[in-house]
Amino acid sequence: MALDRWIALILLGICLAYGYTAWFTMDEGLAPFMRRNPIWPSTFPKVLSILGIIASMVILLGLEKDEQRIGEIDYRRLTDYNLGQAILLLALMALYALCLRSVGFLISTTSFLVLGSFILGERKWHVMLPVAFAATFIIWYLVQEILGIYMRPLPNFIVSLVGG
Amino acid sequence: MLEGILIGLQTALSLQNLLLVVAGCLIGTFIGMLPGLGPMSIIAIMIPVAISMGDPSAALILLAGVYYGAIFGGSTSSILLNAPGVAGTVASSFDGYPMAQQGKAGKALTIAAIASFAGGTIGAILLMIFAPMLSSVALLFHSAEYFALMIVGLSAIAAFAGRGQVTKALLMTVLGLIMATVGEGALFNLPRFTMGIMDLQSGFGFITLAMAMFALPEAVFLVLKPKNLGDDGGEIKDLRITRAEARAIAPVIGRQSIQGFFIGVLPGAGATIASFLGYAVERNLAPKHEQDEFGKGSIKGLAAPETANNAACTGSFVPLLTLGIPGSGTTAILLGALIALNVTPGPRLMIDEPQIFWAVIMSMFIGNLVLLILNLPLIPYIAKLLAIPRNYLIPFIMFFTLMGAYIGQNNATELLLLVGFGICGLALKFASYPLPPLLIGFILGGMMEDNFSRSMQLYGGMSFIWERPMTLGLLIIAVSLVFLPGLRALLARSKGV
Repeated sequence: MALDRWIALILLGICLAYGYTAWFTMDEGLAPFMRRNPIWPSTFPKVLSILGIIASMVILLGLEKDEQRIGEIDYRRLTDYNLGQAILLLALMALYALCLRSVGFLISTTSFLVLGSFILGERKWHVMLPVAFAATFIIWYLVQEILGIYMRPLPNFIVSLVGG
Repeated sequence: MLEGILIGLQTALSLQNLLLVVAGCLIGTFIGMLPGLGPMSIIAIMIPVAISMGDPSAALILLAGVYYGAIFGGSTSSILLNAPGVAGTVASSFDGYPMAQQGKAGKALTIAAIASFAGGTIGAILLMIFAPMLSSVALLFHSAEYFALMIVGLSAIAAFAGRGQVTKALLMTVLGLIMATVGEGALFNLPRFTMGIMDLQSGFGFITLAMAMFALPEAVFLVLKPKNLGDDGGEIKDLRITRAEARAIAPVIGRQSIQGFFIGVLPGAGATIASFLGYAVERNLAPKHEQDEFGKGSIKGLAAPETANNAACTGSFVPLLTLGIPGSGTTAILLGALIALNVTPGPRLMIDEPQIFWAVIMSMFIGNLVLLILNLPLIPYIAKLLAIPRNYLIPFIMFFTLMGAYIGQNNATELLLLVGFGICGLALKFASYPLPPLLIGFILGGMMEDNFSRSMQLYGGMSFIWERPMTLGLLIIAVSLVFLPGLRALLARSKGV
C-alpha cells in the first residue's frame, strides 16, 4: 500500500476517535442550560468528523483518480539520501527542547549550533565555535535584554553561584 | 481635508519624526524577521519607548514605522526560509518560497517590497477619503457575515487542489479545522479534546504548527537532498522585474489594495483573511495556464497576499481612529498606547485633535516610502542569507524554528510538539499531501466556529444564511470561487471537443 493510503488510514483512525468523542462522550457533562442552545460544543466537531471520515475513505479506497506521483524526494529510496544526518538533526532538536530549561540558553544553543554543523560534516572548528558563540550571545542579548523576554542564560546552579 | 493633510505633513516631516520613522522601520524589519515575533509583539515591546517620548504624534509615528517594518520583516522569513512567523504572511510563502528555491529570492523580495508599499499607500489614500463613511459600514457586519467571510477565505484551498489532489486538500483542511477545535474555545469556555493535558488547554500554537508544517520539513529536505540555493550566477541578488512582470502584477496590486483595505476595515477580519482571500481571488481571475503556476512560484501569487495584507493593516485603522474599536490585536495594543498618551480615539478625534489624526495618516505614507527606500538596497544582502554554506545555514534555520515556537508560547513543551508535528509534516510531504490547506483550516477554524455558533444562537438555527442577504452573497461567492475554475475547465474542454 502506498504511503498516502497509510496516512489516510491513520487519519481515518484519528477521525474515528475524534468522532467517537464528539458523538458519544462530549455531551455527557453539558450543563442543562447549554442543552437548550441550538448549537453545542460538539456540533462543529461532529460535522468535521464526518467530513474527515469521508475524505480519508475516498483516499484509502482510491476513489479519486490520481496518477502515482513521486514528490521531490522518493520516500521508497530514503537510504539513497542523507537519512542518517536528518535523523540525527531531528534527535538533536528534541534534545535541545529537553535541555533548554535545565542547561540554559547559552550552553544549549551553542552546543546545538556546533553539533548541528558537525553532523552536517563541518570540521572547521575555528569557524564553527566563534560563529555559534557570537550568534547565541547576540540572539540572547536581543531577546532577553532588549525585548525583555526571559530566557535563563545558564544552568540554575551557576546562576545562583554568580548571583551569590 | 487639505488643511488636515498640511497639518499632518508638517508634523510628520519634522526631522525628529522622520528619524523616528526610519528607526521604527529598521527595528520592525529586523525583529520582524525572527519567526515568532509578529507586529503585535514588537509594537507591545516598543510601547514603553513610545510612551516615554510624551508626544502622541511622535509615538504613533514610531509605532507606525515599527508596524510596517514588522510586516515586511515577517514576509522576508516567509519567502526565504518558508517560516511564516505570523498568520498574515502564511499566504506569501505559498509562492514566495518556491521563487526563492528557484534562485529568484531577490526578485521575490522586491515584489514583496513593492506590493507592500503599494498596498500600504493605496490603503492610506482610501483611509483618508473613506474613513468616516466606512466606520458605519463596518458595523453592519455581524457574526453571520464574519462566518461567511471565513468560508470565502477557506476557498483559498482550491489553489492546492490540483489534479488528483482534491480529496487530499480537503482532508488536510478538515485536519486543520479539527486541530483548531482542541483547547478552550472562546465561546463555549469548555476544554475540548485536551485528553487532560494542561498544556493543551489553550490549544495548539499557530507558530508551532506553521514552523512544523512549513519550515522544518523544508530544512529536513535540504538535509536529505542537498541543493545550492545561493549561486545561479548572481540571480539570487537580482532585483530586476521585467516590464512584462510589472504589467502582470500591476492590476493584481490595484485590485488587492482595494479589496484588502475593505476587508481590513471589518473589525476582526484583518490581514490573514485579506491575504488568503486575495490569493484565492487572483488565482481564479488568472488565465488557466497561470492558475497552474500558483503555489509553484507565481509572481501574481506573491503580489496578491503581500498587497492585501498591507492594505488590510491600513484598513484596520478605520475602526480604531473613527470609532475607538480595535479591529485587530495590533490595533488593540495601539489603542492602549493612545489611551496611555491621553488620546481617546473615536468619532471626535478628527475634530478635537486633527494634528494626531492626520499625523498618523501622513506617517503611513512616509513609513511605507521609507520602508521601500531602506529595503530595496538591503534586499541583495538579505537574499544573500541563502548563500550561507549549508552546514551553517541548516542548523540556524532549525534553531530559528525552535525559537519561533518558544518565544511565541514561552513553553518548552511546544518545542517537543514542534519536533513531533514536524515529523508528521515530513510524512505528509513525502506522500504529496498539500500542507497549506492544513494551516489555512487551522487559522480560520477557530474564528469560523465562534462566528457560526454566535449566529446560530442569535437566530435559533441556520436561518441567518437566507435571512441576511450579505451572508448569502458571501457564501455564493465562496462556492463560486471553489467551483468556477472546474466549471471553466469543463467548458473549455467541451468547446475543444
